[in-house]
Amino acid sequence: MHEMALCQGMLELIDVQRQKDGFERVRRIIVEVGALGHVDPHALRFAFDVSAADTVAANAELDIREIPGRGWCMDCSREIAVEKRGDGCPHCGSFTLIMQQGEELRLKELEVV
Amino acid sequence: MCGVCGCSEGETRIEEHHHPKEPEAPSVDVLRGDSEDNARLVKVEQDILSKNNGIAAHNRAHFANAGVLALNLVSSPGAGKTTLLVETLNTLQQDLPCAVIEGDQETSNDADRIRDTGAPALQVNTGRGCHLDADMIHQAFHKLPLRDGVLFIENVGNLVCPAGFDLGEAHKVVIASVTEGEDKPLKYPNMFAASSLMLVSKVDLLPHLDFDVDTLIANARRVNPGIAVIPVSARTGEGMERWRQWLDGARAMVAATR
Repeated sequence: MHEMALCQGMLELIDVQRQKDGFERVRRIIVEVGALGHVDPHALRFAFDVSAADTVAANAELDIREIPGRGWCMDCSREIAVEKRGDGCPHCGSFTLIMQQGEELRLKELEVV
Repeated sequence: MCGVCGCSEGETRIEEHHHPKEPEAPSVDVLRGDSEDNARLVKVEQDILSKNNGIAAHNRAHFANAGVLALNLVSSPGAGKTTLLVETLNTLQQDLPCAVIEGDQETSNDADRIRDTGAPALQVNTGRGCHLDADMIHQAFHKLPLRDGVLFIENVGNLVCPAGFDLGEAHKVVIASVTEGEDKPLKYPNMFAASSLMLVSKVDLLPHLDFDVDTLIANARRVNPGIAVIPVSARTGEGMERWRQWLDGARAMVAATR
Protein backbone atom coordinates (compact mmCIF):
# COMPACT_ATOMS: atom_id res chain seq x y z
CA MET A 1 0.00 0.00 0.00
CA HIS A 2 2.64 2.54 -0.91
CA GLU A 3 -0.16 4.28 -2.80
CA MET A 4 -1.03 5.95 0.53
CA ALA A 5 2.48 7.40 0.59
CA LEU A 6 2.11 8.61 -2.97
CA CYS A 7 -1.19 10.30 -2.15
CA GLN A 8 0.49 12.03 0.75
CA GLY A 9 3.14 13.28 -1.67
CA MET A 10 0.45 14.47 -4.04
CA LEU A 11 -1.39 16.34 -1.29
CA GLU A 12 1.84 18.06 -0.29
CA LEU A 13 2.41 19.21 -3.87
CA ILE A 14 -1.20 20.45 -3.95
CA ASP A 15 -0.64 22.34 -0.73
CA VAL A 16 2.46 24.08 -2.08
CA GLN A 17 0.44 25.03 -5.14
CA ARG A 18 -2.44 26.33 -3.04
CA GLN A 19 -0.12 28.59 -1.07
CA LYS A 20 1.12 30.13 -4.30
CA ASP A 21 -2.14 30.25 -6.17
CA GLY A 22 -4.69 30.78 -3.41
CA PHE A 23 -7.38 28.52 -4.85
CA GLU A 24 -10.10 27.29 -2.54
CA ARG A 25 -10.76 23.83 -3.77
CA VAL A 26 -9.43 21.24 -6.18
CA ARG A 27 -12.04 19.68 -8.43
CA ARG A 28 -9.93 17.48 -10.65
CA ILE A 29 -6.40 16.18 -10.45
CA ILE A 30 -4.70 15.08 -13.64
CA VAL A 31 -2.06 12.47 -12.97
CA GLU A 32 0.15 10.60 -15.41
CA VAL A 33 0.93 7.02 -14.41
CA GLY A 34 3.29 4.87 -16.45
CA ALA A 35 2.00 1.43 -17.41
CA LEU A 36 5.31 -0.18 -16.40
CA GLY A 37 5.60 1.57 -13.05
CA HIS A 38 4.79 0.37 -9.57
CA VAL A 39 1.45 2.10 -9.15
CA ASP A 40 -1.89 0.40 -9.38
CA PRO A 41 -4.49 2.99 -10.52
CA HIS A 42 -7.26 1.26 -8.60
CA ALA A 43 -5.28 1.32 -5.36
CA LEU A 44 -4.28 4.92 -6.05
CA ARG A 45 -7.92 5.98 -6.38
CA PHE A 46 -8.87 4.17 -3.21
CA ALA A 47 -5.94 5.62 -1.27
CA PHE A 48 -6.66 9.08 -2.61
CA ASP A 49 -10.28 9.10 -1.49
CA VAL A 50 -9.13 8.20 2.01
CA SER A 51 -6.14 10.57 2.14
CA ALA A 52 -7.84 13.60 0.63
CA ALA A 53 -10.81 13.71 3.00
CA ASP A 54 -10.72 16.96 4.99
CA THR A 55 -8.28 18.61 2.57
CA VAL A 56 -8.80 21.11 -0.26
CA ALA A 57 -8.84 18.11 -2.58
CA ALA A 58 -11.66 16.27 -0.83
CA ASN A 59 -14.04 14.69 -3.36
CA ALA A 60 -11.82 15.76 -6.25
CA GLU A 61 -11.88 13.60 -9.34
CA LEU A 62 -8.63 11.73 -9.85
CA ASP A 63 -8.11 11.81 -13.60
CA ILE A 64 -5.47 9.11 -14.17
CA ARG A 65 -3.87 9.03 -17.61
CA GLU A 66 -1.89 5.93 -18.32
CA ILE A 67 1.33 6.43 -20.24
CA PRO A 68 2.05 3.33 -22.35
CA GLY A 69 5.38 1.57 -22.10
CA ARG A 70 7.89 2.19 -24.87
CA GLY A 71 11.41 0.94 -25.30
CA TRP A 72 14.28 0.58 -27.72
CA CYS A 73 15.25 -2.88 -28.93
CA MET A 74 19.03 -3.12 -28.95
CA ASP A 75 18.96 -6.10 -31.30
CA CYS A 76 16.74 -4.82 -34.08
CA SER A 77 17.43 -1.14 -33.42
CA ARG A 78 13.94 0.23 -33.37
CA GLU A 79 11.43 1.69 -31.01
CA ILE A 80 8.86 -0.78 -29.73
CA ALA A 81 5.74 -0.83 -27.61
CA VAL A 82 6.22 -2.63 -24.27
CA GLU A 83 2.98 -3.83 -22.74
CA LYS A 84 4.55 -5.16 -19.57
CA ARG A 85 7.99 -5.80 -18.14
CA GLY A 86 9.42 -9.15 -19.11
CA ASP A 87 7.87 -9.00 -22.58
CA GLY A 88 10.35 -9.39 -25.39
CA CYS A 89 10.63 -7.28 -28.53
CA PRO A 90 7.48 -7.93 -30.62
CA HIS A 91 9.64 -8.13 -33.77
CA CYS A 92 12.66 -10.23 -32.79
CA GLY A 93 11.87 -11.54 -29.29
CA SER A 94 14.97 -10.01 -27.71
CA PHE A 95 14.89 -9.00 -24.06
CA THR A 96 17.77 -6.59 -24.51
CA LEU A 97 15.58 -3.53 -24.35
CA ILE A 98 16.12 -0.04 -23.06
CA MET A 99 12.99 1.35 -21.48
CA GLN A 100 12.17 4.85 -22.62
CA GLN A 101 8.69 5.51 -21.33
CA GLY A 102 6.20 3.98 -18.94
CA GLU A 103 7.53 4.66 -15.46
CA GLU A 104 6.01 8.13 -15.05
CA LEU A 105 4.34 9.21 -11.86
CA ARG A 106 3.56 12.83 -12.40
CA LEU A 107 1.10 15.36 -11.10
CA LYS A 108 0.27 17.19 -14.33
CA GLU A 109 -2.46 19.71 -13.64
CA LEU A 110 -5.11 20.71 -11.17
CA GLU A 111 -8.54 21.97 -11.99
CA VAL A 112 -9.27 24.41 -9.20
CA VAL A 113 -11.90 26.90 -8.13
CA MET B 1 8.80 11.94 10.62
CA CYS B 2 8.30 10.67 7.16
CA GLY B 3 6.55 13.49 5.37
CA VAL B 4 6.49 11.74 2.04
CA CYS B 5 4.65 8.63 2.96
CA GLY B 6 2.91 9.46 6.20
CA CYS B 7 4.45 6.46 7.93
CA SER B 8 4.39 6.71 11.66
CA GLU B 9 7.33 8.47 13.18
CA GLY B 10 10.52 6.45 13.26
CA GLU B 11 12.61 6.02 16.36
CA THR B 12 15.52 7.80 14.78
CA ARG B 13 16.39 11.29 15.91
CA ILE B 14 19.52 13.22 15.27
CA GLU B 15 21.10 15.95 17.27
CA GLU B 16 22.23 18.26 14.50
CA HIS B 17 19.71 17.77 11.83
CA HIS B 18 20.34 19.77 8.67
CA HIS B 19 17.23 19.59 6.60
CA PRO B 20 17.82 19.04 2.94
CA LYS B 21 16.46 21.68 0.63
CA GLU B 22 12.89 21.17 -0.44
CA PRO B 23 12.54 20.76 -4.16
CA GLU B 24 11.71 24.03 -5.93
CA ALA B 25 8.03 24.80 -5.92
CA PRO B 26 6.49 24.57 -9.36
CA SER B 27 5.54 27.66 -11.26
CA VAL B 28 1.89 28.50 -11.49
CA ASP B 29 0.63 28.55 -14.99
CA VAL B 30 -2.99 29.34 -15.47
CA LEU B 31 -4.00 27.66 -18.68
CA ARG B 32 -7.57 28.72 -19.16
CA GLY B 33 -10.43 30.29 -17.33
CA ASP B 34 -13.93 28.96 -17.08
CA SER B 35 -16.41 31.81 -17.18
CA GLU B 36 -19.25 29.84 -15.64
CA ASP B 37 -17.79 28.90 -12.27
CA ASN B 38 -14.26 30.25 -12.38
CA ALA B 39 -12.76 26.80 -12.60
CA ARG B 40 -9.28 26.91 -14.09
CA LEU B 41 -6.40 24.60 -14.74
CA VAL B 42 -3.16 25.04 -12.87
CA LYS B 43 -0.11 23.41 -14.35
CA VAL B 44 2.03 21.49 -11.83
CA GLU B 45 4.18 19.04 -13.83
CA GLN B 46 5.95 17.53 -10.85
CA ASP B 47 6.97 14.01 -10.04
CA ILE B 48 4.85 12.79 -7.16
CA LEU B 49 7.99 11.36 -5.59
CA SER B 50 9.95 14.58 -6.03
CA LYS B 51 10.28 15.23 -2.31
CA ASN B 52 11.63 11.75 -1.63
CA ASN B 53 13.90 11.99 -4.67
CA GLY B 54 15.26 15.33 -3.47
CA ILE B 55 16.19 13.89 -0.07
CA ALA B 56 17.65 10.80 -1.78
CA ALA B 57 19.93 13.07 -3.83
CA HIS B 58 20.97 14.78 -0.61
CA ASN B 59 21.74 11.38 0.96
CA ARG B 60 23.79 10.47 -2.10
CA ALA B 61 25.90 13.60 -1.55
CA HIS B 62 26.37 12.64 2.12
CA PHE B 63 27.51 9.16 1.18
CA ALA B 64 29.91 10.49 -1.44
CA ASN B 65 31.42 12.97 1.02
CA ALA B 66 31.92 10.26 3.61
CA GLY B 67 33.33 7.79 1.09
CA VAL B 68 30.52 5.40 1.90
CA LEU B 69 29.17 2.71 -0.40
CA ALA B 70 25.45 2.52 0.38
CA LEU B 71 23.52 -0.57 -0.68
CA ASN B 72 19.78 -1.04 -0.48
CA LEU B 73 19.05 -4.73 0.16
CA VAL B 74 15.58 -5.78 -0.92
CA SER B 75 13.73 -9.09 -0.96
CA SER B 76 10.54 -10.83 0.04
CA PRO B 77 10.18 -11.59 3.74
CA GLY B 78 12.22 -14.67 4.65
CA ALA B 79 14.65 -14.66 1.74
CA GLY B 80 17.54 -14.64 4.18
CA LYS B 81 18.65 -11.02 4.06
CA THR B 82 19.64 -10.76 7.70
CA THR B 83 21.45 -14.11 7.84
CA LEU B 84 23.37 -13.22 4.70
CA LEU B 85 24.18 -9.82 6.13
CA VAL B 86 25.43 -11.29 9.42
CA GLU B 87 27.76 -13.65 7.53
CA THR B 88 28.93 -10.83 5.27
CA LEU B 89 29.70 -8.57 8.24
CA ASN B 90 31.58 -11.30 10.07
CA THR B 91 34.34 -11.16 7.49
CA LEU B 92 33.93 -7.75 5.84
CA GLN B 93 34.26 -5.66 8.97
CA GLN B 94 37.67 -7.17 9.67
CA ASP B 95 38.84 -5.10 6.71
CA LEU B 96 36.68 -2.00 6.68
CA PRO B 97 34.05 -0.14 8.67
CA CYS B 98 30.47 -1.26 8.13
CA ALA B 99 27.13 -0.10 9.45
CA VAL B 100 23.57 -1.26 9.00
CA ILE B 101 20.19 0.42 8.90
CA GLU B 102 17.48 -2.15 9.50
CA GLY B 103 13.96 -1.56 8.28
CA ASP B 104 11.07 -3.58 9.65
CA GLN B 105 7.49 -2.84 10.42
CA GLU B 106 8.00 -3.78 14.06
CA THR B 107 10.61 -5.18 16.49
CA SER B 108 14.33 -4.56 16.78
CA ASN B 109 15.17 -8.27 16.35
CA ASP B 110 17.17 -7.77 13.18
CA ALA B 111 19.21 -4.85 14.51
CA ASP B 112 19.95 -6.95 17.60
CA ARG B 113 21.25 -9.77 15.40
CA ILE B 114 23.45 -7.32 13.50
CA ARG B 115 24.80 -5.70 16.69
CA ASP B 116 25.86 -9.16 17.86
CA THR B 117 28.42 -9.10 15.01
CA GLY B 118 29.89 -5.91 16.50
CA ALA B 119 28.70 -3.69 13.65
CA PRO B 120 26.75 -0.54 14.53
CA ALA B 121 23.11 -0.98 13.57
CA LEU B 122 20.07 1.20 13.78
CA GLN B 123 16.56 -0.15 13.61
CA VAL B 124 13.92 1.88 11.82
CA ASN B 125 10.39 0.68 12.48
CA THR B 126 8.12 1.84 9.72
CA GLY B 127 4.95 1.13 11.68
CA ARG B 128 2.14 1.45 9.16
CA GLY B 129 4.59 1.88 6.31
CA CYS B 130 5.62 -0.80 3.88
CA HIS B 131 9.01 0.60 2.85
CA LEU B 132 11.90 2.78 3.97
CA ASP B 133 12.05 6.26 2.50
CA ALA B 134 14.89 8.69 1.94
CA ASP B 135 14.11 10.83 4.97
CA MET B 136 14.31 7.85 7.35
CA ILE B 137 17.73 7.03 5.91
CA HIS B 138 18.82 10.64 6.17
CA GLN B 139 17.98 10.76 9.86
CA ALA B 140 19.47 7.36 10.60
CA PHE B 141 22.71 8.01 8.71
CA HIS B 142 23.42 11.09 10.81
CA LYS B 143 23.38 8.87 13.87
CA LEU B 144 25.81 6.34 12.46
CA PRO B 145 29.52 7.12 12.69
CA LEU B 146 30.59 5.72 9.34
CA ARG B 147 33.34 6.88 6.99
CA ASP B 148 35.10 5.10 4.15
CA GLY B 149 33.09 1.96 4.57
CA VAL B 150 29.92 0.17 3.57
CA LEU B 151 26.40 1.06 4.67
CA PHE B 152 23.94 -1.79 4.27
CA ILE B 153 20.32 -0.72 4.30
CA GLU B 154 18.11 -3.73 4.88
CA ASN B 155 14.75 -2.67 3.53
CA VAL B 156 11.39 -3.96 4.70
CA GLY B 157 10.76 -7.45 3.29
CA ASN B 158 8.57 -6.46 0.36
CA LEU B 159 9.23 -6.72 -3.37
CA VAL B 160 6.66 -4.13 -4.37
CA CYS B 161 6.77 -0.81 -2.52
CA PRO B 162 10.51 -0.32 -1.91
CA ALA B 163 11.07 -0.40 -5.71
CA GLY B 164 9.70 3.11 -6.07
CA PHE B 165 11.57 4.81 -3.24
CA ASP B 166 15.11 5.91 -3.94
CA LEU B 167 17.08 6.09 -0.68
CA GLY B 168 20.22 7.57 -2.20
CA GLU B 169 21.91 4.18 -2.44
CA ALA B 170 24.57 3.37 -5.01
CA HIS B 171 22.85 0.09 -5.86
CA LYS B 172 19.82 -1.94 -5.02
CA VAL B 173 20.73 -5.56 -4.35
CA VAL B 174 17.80 -7.96 -4.64
CA ILE B 175 17.97 -11.25 -2.78
CA ALA B 176 15.95 -14.14 -4.18
CA SER B 177 16.08 -17.44 -2.32
CA VAL B 178 15.86 -20.83 -3.96
CA THR B 179 12.87 -21.68 -1.77
CA GLU B 180 10.85 -19.11 -3.72
CA GLY B 181 9.57 -19.51 -7.28
CA GLU B 182 11.82 -19.11 -10.33
CA ASP B 183 9.26 -16.65 -11.68
CA LYS B 184 9.71 -14.08 -8.90
CA PRO B 185 11.40 -11.62 -11.31
CA LEU B 186 8.39 -11.81 -13.63
CA LYS B 187 5.90 -11.47 -10.80
CA TYR B 188 7.68 -8.47 -9.25
CA PRO B 189 9.49 -7.02 -12.27
CA ASN B 190 9.99 -3.47 -11.01
CA MET B 191 12.26 -4.52 -8.19
CA PHE B 192 14.40 -6.74 -10.39
CA ALA B 193 14.51 -4.04 -13.06
CA ALA B 194 15.76 -1.52 -10.48
CA SER B 195 18.49 -3.75 -9.00
CA SER B 196 22.14 -3.95 -10.06
CA LEU B 197 22.76 -7.34 -8.50
CA MET B 198 20.70 -10.41 -7.67
CA LEU B 199 22.00 -12.66 -4.90
CA VAL B 200 20.46 -16.12 -5.20
CA SER B 201 20.39 -17.19 -1.57
CA LYS B 202 20.16 -20.53 0.27
CA VAL B 203 21.79 -22.45 -2.60
CA ASP B 204 22.89 -25.10 -0.08
CA LEU B 205 19.25 -26.25 -0.19
CA LEU B 206 19.27 -26.92 -3.95
CA PRO B 207 19.76 -30.72 -3.66
CA HIS B 208 16.45 -30.89 -1.80
CA LEU B 209 14.46 -28.73 -4.20
CA ASP B 210 13.13 -28.74 -7.75
CA PHE B 211 14.50 -25.30 -8.35
CA ASP B 212 16.26 -24.30 -11.55
CA VAL B 213 18.71 -21.46 -10.94
CA ASP B 214 19.19 -20.92 -14.68
CA THR B 215 15.46 -20.31 -15.13
CA LEU B 216 15.51 -17.75 -12.31
CA ILE B 217 18.48 -15.97 -13.91
CA ALA B 218 16.86 -16.03 -17.36
CA ASN B 219 13.68 -14.51 -15.88
CA ALA B 220 15.66 -11.80 -14.08
CA ARG B 221 17.44 -10.92 -17.32
CA ARG B 222 14.14 -10.68 -19.17
CA VAL B 223 13.31 -7.65 -17.03
CA ASN B 224 16.88 -6.46 -16.55
CA PRO B 225 19.41 -7.69 -19.14
CA GLY B 226 22.31 -6.09 -17.27
CA ILE B 227 21.69 -7.52 -13.79
CA ALA B 228 24.68 -9.27 -12.19
CA VAL B 229 23.97 -12.58 -10.47
CA ILE B 230 25.80 -14.38 -7.66
CA PRO B 231 24.46 -17.61 -6.10
CA VAL B 232 25.33 -17.66 -2.40
CA SER B 233 24.89 -19.67 0.77
CA ALA B 234 25.42 -18.01 4.12
CA ARG B 235 25.52 -21.49 5.64
CA THR B 236 28.25 -23.09 3.52
CA GLY B 237 29.99 -19.90 2.41
CA GLU B 238 29.48 -20.70 -1.25
CA GLY B 239 29.59 -17.56 -3.38
CA MET B 240 30.60 -15.33 -0.48
CA GLU B 241 33.99 -14.63 -2.06
CA ARG B 242 32.35 -13.51 -5.31
CA TRP B 243 29.95 -11.31 -3.34
CA ARG B 244 32.96 -9.80 -1.62
CA GLN B 245 34.61 -9.14 -5.00
CA TRP B 246 31.45 -7.43 -6.19
CA LEU B 247 31.48 -5.25 -3.03
CA ASP B 248 35.13 -4.35 -3.63
CA GLY B 249 34.30 -3.37 -7.21
CA ALA B 250 31.39 -1.21 -6.08
CA ARG B 251 33.57 0.42 -3.43
CA ALA B 252 36.29 1.15 -5.97
CA MET B 253 33.67 2.94 -8.04
CA VAL B 254 32.70 5.11 -5.06
CA ALA B 255 36.36 5.93 -4.42
CA ALA B 256 36.96 6.78 -8.08
CA THR B 257 34.04 9.19 -8.29
CA ARG B 258 34.77 10.90 -5.01
